[in-house]
Amino acid sequence: MTVKAIHGEYPVVMMDSVDRFHGNQLVYIGWDYHTSISTANAYPLPPDMPFAALTGAVLPSVLGPHPEFPLIEWDKVEWMLDGKLFHPNMGLSLKDNGIGHKSLIRFRTPGLKGYNNTGN
Amino acid sequence: MAKKLNMRKRYELLTRGLGWEPTYQSKEKVFSNESYEGIKITDWSKWEDPFRLTIDAYWKYQAEKDKKLYAVMDSFAQNNAHLNLADATYVNALKLFIQGVTPLEYQAHRGFARLARQFSGEGAQIACQMQSLDELRHTQTQIHTISHYNKHFNGMHDPFHMHDRVWYLSVPKSYFDDAKSAGPFEFITSVSFAFEYLLTNLLFVPFMSGAAFNGDMATVTFGFSAQSDESRHMTLGLELIKFLLEQHEDNIPIVQGWIDKHFWRAYRVLALVSAMQDYMLPESPMSWKEAWEIYFVENAGALFNDLARYGLRMPKYHEQATAEAEHLSHQVWGTLYNYAHAASMHFWLPDEKKMDWLSEKYPNTFDKYYRPRYEMWAQMAKEGKRFQNGGLPQLCQVCQVPMLFTEVSKDDPMQISYRSSEFNGEKFHTCSDGCKDIFDHEPEKYVHAWLPVHQIFQGNCGGAAIPDILNWYHFKPEDGGDYAGSADETRWKAMHGETTGAASSDTESAEEKAAA
Repeated sequence: MTVKAIHGEYPVVMMDSVDRFHGNQLVYIGWDYHTSISTANAYPLPPDMPFAALTGAVLPSVLGPHPEFPLIEWDKVEWMLDGKLFHPNMGLSLKDNGIGHKSLIRFRTPGLKGYNNTGN
Repeated sequence: MAKKLNMRKRYELLTRGLGWEPTYQSKEKVFSNESYEGIKITDWSKWEDPFRLTIDAYWKYQAEKDKKLYAVMDSFAQNNAHLNLADATYVNALKLFIQGVTPLEYQAHRGFARLARQFSGEGAQIACQMQSLDELRHTQTQIHTISHYNKHFNGMHDPFHMHDRVWYLSVPKSYFDDAKSAGPFEFITSVSFAFEYLLTNLLFVPFMSGAAFNGDMATVTFGFSAQSDESRHMTLGLELIKFLLEQHEDNIPIVQGWIDKHFWRAYRVLALVSAMQDYMLPESPMSWKEAWEIYFVENAGALFNDLARYGLRMPKYHEQATAEAEHLSHQVWGTLYNYAHAASMHFWLPDEKKMDWLSEKYPNTFDKYYRPRYEMWAQMAKEGKRFQNGGLPQLCQVCQVPMLFTEVSKDDPMQISYRSSEFNGEKFHTCSDGCKDIFDHEPEKYVHAWLPVHQIFQGNCGGAAIPDILNWYHFKPEDGGDYAGSADETRWKAMHGETTGAASSDTESAEEKAAA
């Protein structure tokens, strides 16, 4: 359904199109059942960045302080990309892993369900 | 001598006599906003004014109320009555109010001024004109009331500037921007009915009863002064809905759609209020959940029973809002704690007494999910590793709240609720079925959202580092962070003759002397 306008057609300006992010694309990453971190975080990342840099550098910079973060066994992590199960290739870039602008990556950590298993 | 007119006649002459048929321009051109939303008005003369108030009587009443209010404010200031507050943490509720609510009053003033101009029925014009004036008066009286606190506490120095820029204030701002950029009938359905009629008690009870419970008589007096206006606004909201539904049956689905949308949007704005109510008030009159049960579940339930004969039903997803009442305030407070370093007010971990109160009020959820979280954070803070989120949150494209809400209705309350849509080849993320429906109905509108996090990454907010962004918000370094160790706390203790580790400045000592 289109927006009703007083005069003519309602204009569309894509406020968050990828060209506005200085060569980066937005990626959201959330750690399931760890709601003390409250939300998935948003990151502006180069599309050519290897996926391994996510687990090696990007996530530790934000999620590192969580007491369970150092316990994550990355080879056992279950990933989801935009709502579907996903097996990332750590050596390939975000783009070549199919991660697009404003993609949502979620991950679950078997055995780690938040502080004292409370989802925190 | 002319015979004195009776009230009704006088009222008719002072209102209905104002309308005339334009001859230089067509009526459609003069009232160009009135038809494009698809609302059909067949006879404006059927409009029943909820209050037969003429503008001369209006001035008289408002002047009397202002006189009383300003007398109380003067005496509050002269007696340094801020010293009688239960605790200075309470002042953070006022910071949220002046930053988040007062600018909305001003937005409402502008919105109703437009309606007064655009409705062709004189009865509706007059009602909207008075409401526009009320809202401007509320803006001013709130600024005057809270300006006293601004002399003694941080974070209240530039609320209008902040409202236009700050990440957490984009939540109330975007709700009003949404209503104001819609047509006049959608605006009034949103503000007068969905917000003021259905939900206003959930805003005013926490703030005004909260003020009474915590020794803030200035805010209580402001609340009383606004209350008679608010009841007039609520009645306008209800009158408007009935009028639209009686005018034409084609209006029913349009109005129902607006009620669904704006109920959900207004409810999301109130998420901030829930956190304030349960966590910021040292003495709490009632919990968010209790307020929701009384003011929404009971009152709105009865209202929609009455409205059923017009073909209206309860707003969509109201059951979800009721289910979320067990979790809402805790989830929002936790998020604010994550980002206390980027706020113009203070947050803190609840103490044992508060946690026991929360356990009692939230027996199904607090001890199971949220007490452990606070215990974890308290432990981290004790070890010198106070938890803060070093990143920026994913925001909902519609309500602009960080995507913190969980799958409460799917019995999975520790899993974040993610929804998404595609438009024009781009992905858009929403926090709930309610917000996703709103996006999918008018995607062209919501792609225009000014999302603070994305704007920061685009480089439009003063810089890339947090201090640059906070400076662009006009936040001062002492405005945010934890309450413990804050300048507010130091000053509060100095006012009460308690010494803290931190040295108080000369001005604070002078203030203390003045207060004594």
